[in-house]
Amino acid sequence: MPVIEILGLEKTYLVGFWRKRPKRALHPLHLTVEEGEVFGFLGPNGAGKTTTLKLLMGLVFPTSGSARLLGRDWTDPEVKAQIGFLPEQPYFYDYLTAHELLNYYGQLSGVPGKDRKRRIDEVLQRVGLTDVKGVQLRKFSKGMLQRAGIAQAILHDPKLVFFDEPMSGLDPMGRREVRDLMEQLKHEGKTVFFSTHILSDAEALCDRVAIIHQGELRSVGAVADLTSSVQSKVEVIWQGREVPPSMKALGAECHVTGDTVRAVLAESQQDAAIDALRRERMRLIAITPVRTSLEEYFIEKLQQSETSVGSTA
Amino acid sequence: MSARIVHIASNTFREAVRDRVLYNLIAFALLLSGAAILVGQISIDIKRLVVINLGLTAVSLFGVVIAIFIGIGLVSKEIERRTLYTVLSRPVRRWEFIVGKFFGLAGTLVVNTFFMAIGVFAALLFVSHKFARPDALILVALYFIILQFLIICALALLFSSFSSPLLSAVFAFSLFVIGSFAEDLRGFAGMAHGLTRWLASAAAYLVPNFSAFNVISSIAHEQPVAGQLVLHNTLYALFYAAMALSGAVLIFEHRDLK
Repeated sequence: MPVIEILGLEKTYLVGFWRKRPKRALHPLHLTVEEGEVFGFLGPNGAGKTTTLKLLMGLVFPTSGSARLLGRDWTDPEVKAQIGFLPEQPYFYDYLTAHELLNYYGQLSGVPGKDRKRRIDEVLQRVGLTDVKGVQLRKFSKGMLQRAGIAQAILHDPKLVFFDEPMSGLDPMGRREVRDLMEQLKHEGKTVFFSTHILSDAEALCDRVAIIHQGELRSVGAVADLTSSVQSKVEVIWQGREVPPSMKALGAECHVTGDTVRAVLAESQQDAAIDALRRERMRLIAITPVRTSLEEYFIEKLQQSETSVGSTA
Repeated sequence: MSARIVHIASNTFREAVRDRVLYNLIAFALLLSGAAILVGQISIDIKRLVVINLGLTAVSLFGVVIAIFIGIGLVSKEIERRTLYTVLSRPVRRWEFIVGKFFGLAGTLVVNTFFMAIGVFAALLFVSHKFARPDALILVALYFIILQFLIICALALLFSSFSSPLLSAVFAFSLFVIGSFAEDLRGFAGMAHGLTRWLASAAAYLVPNFSAFNVISSIAHEQPVAGQLVLHNTLYALFYAAMALSGAVLIFEHRDLK
């Protein structure tokens, strides 16, 4: 069952002080996320990721389109009792302690008093804030605030969790912990929708990803399916201090380090490269396939969209 | 009342209580009540008059400053700091947020007024050595002051729902000053002619009539307050605050939180 159905949500802002002009932040977006998926919403800064999340949370109103969350209209406030949301770079009431903050959010989410205390202790433990639960948030570091943000998002045991840039502001240890937490949420059967521009996180965590750029959806699919369309590459290493012109002619990206040369080129050019090295009497050291990463796919997609914008302009 | 409104109101109250600026203002108001005792020493037999006049004026003015100071940031600060995002992404309706904020601020002001009123009564006891029957009228003046605060809270929230804190403060304070002279404005409208009369009348009836709430001087002179005025002021304050609050809700319901 789809838990998120985005049906042509579109947002155009009016910008300018005197003469308002329209600026489209999000082109009509159609997207479906299934139950239990970890879904990555990828795009560079300013791509429209946060706008999409704000639209789904009812923080901004769409110019057109609609959405369904957990099978119900997304404007139904009661749906939100089953949704968790972590905004980008969260800031909370800094006069409250972590415990008070969670208690307040628990009250607003309708968590009954008895369960609330237990849930607060559980999530504080889960995000590693138990020792500082009585400390006012104004004394928290950026990383601790991010943890408090994650705690408030999962406090009421939501079925669907939205994270906007959840790794932002975290050190490598913190990033690892958030990744583990997302995996735990997936094991618990929750659906996780998170936006990020850190592609390694998405690659490690997501069942499917969507790429958005300049407010337009560029592609959606499983990471393996998306990356399979990108031309495979191989890395060729040989002994030498210079790159023969025949290797350059194959379009290889070459780097000379000491007395070895590393070249990355298309897999289809592999035999030609071996022949070229034989002719030049170079000593071949290794040929290894280069794993096509999501990053390469992502950059390719972005370049494609830049080109199409350039050609239409 | 929805439980969510109560939670938002109590969080607003807690925020105000933990703000140090609030205590400075209350301390200053109490100091002014205390200073009234000294001023009263200048002339014999007017100690009581001076204590009531200065004390209640201090309660009113500092309350207005607190209402505007806190009220103008209630919505805009939450948008600016993005604390609103994690509130409105829960099953909280936008109108519940505005109404909760209003009750939180109103509650803060009632509690502040209570403590400042204790200061006034203590000063009065100090100069008079005992309470007399007319002193009970001070409670009516305090009630009117609280009604006045309700209007200012609602207006501050209204301005806060669409403009910056600075502009909201300017708008709210200007309305307070103009509203304090609403009776004079109505008098001027009565004397004017043509378009000026029409414009002045419209302005006089649109701005909150705070002058009707100011009974401090007559109470200091032990003049009774008509029951009709109490009823009129109560209904007027509730109606005006409800209108301003509805305006705030209407604006906020359609506002994009960028």
